[in-house]
Amino acid sequence: MSQPKDETLPIRSDQDIVIVRQTVRAWAIEQTFGLVDQTKIVTAASELARNALTHGGGGSVRLEALNNGIRKGLRLTFQDRGPGIADIELAMKDGYTTGSGLGLGLSGAKRLSNEFEIRSKPGEGTVVAITRWR
Amino acid sequence: MERIPILKMGEFLLVSIQVDMHDRLAMTLQEDLTRRIVQDRAHGVLIDISSLDVVDSFIGRMLGHIASMSRILDAETVVVGMRPAVAITLVELGLSLPGIRTALNVEKGMDMLRRASGLKHFESGEGGHVSAEG
Repeated sequence: MSQPKDETLPIRSDQDIVIVRQTVRAWAIEQTFGLVDQTKIVTAASELARNALTHGGGGSVRLEALNNGIRKGLRLTFQDRGPGIADIELAMKDGYTTGSGLGLGLSGAKRLSNEFEIRSKPGEGTVVAITRWR
Repeated sequence: MERIPILKMGEFLLVSIQVDMHDRLAMTLQEDLTRRIVQDRAHGVLIDISSLDVVDSFIGRMLGHIASMSRILDAETVVVGMRPAVAITLVELGLSLPGIRTALNVEKGMDMLRRASGLKHFESGEGGHVSAEG
């Protein structure tokens, strides 16, 4: 089996969000994702990258190409050192926002992924991991 | 500074988004369009997104803002050319683009704008445009 791919990209500007979108697209194609699956994970990545930038003051995303022997997948782990989220349940609600957005970032990214995990501590930042299988 | 070109065609403005926009570029387009609607006394705006392989909540919100602002400025907005994978993803994301008129392609979008504008001329007593353009 080939070496599993693993890469981390910075998220410090809106230009970085574009690079995240383009890199995730390239990886999804490499994992032989169909067009709709590619679009879904790229869109989810765009939402979470923007969250990390606007709410977390910047951070990073780690991309991992997965292969469980049966299916190929892509895991993206977003990390920021921002103020964190006090009430995750509330933050996950459609339409809830502390910024000027639509409040669809977290809940939308969850709907666009097969697996979704969020960890946050006030004052320490937020980690969101999503996985999409082909 | 990087900008998305806005073309004038009769009483309509045409925009074709050909690049993966970073957030600032999207904001600039929004501002440029509102300015041009007033400056060129435009009655319609056509936005072609057939080159966009991703529309996230930020771009969706921008399209909604453009539609609302142009309506206040007495112009109709039609968004054309959305890719099927983008449409599927947008709905799953939770974004149904309320208040935005859409058409399959540029030709159908232009028809829509002409009809809306013809009706306006007709109602204001200027008449003739409906049959002349239809």
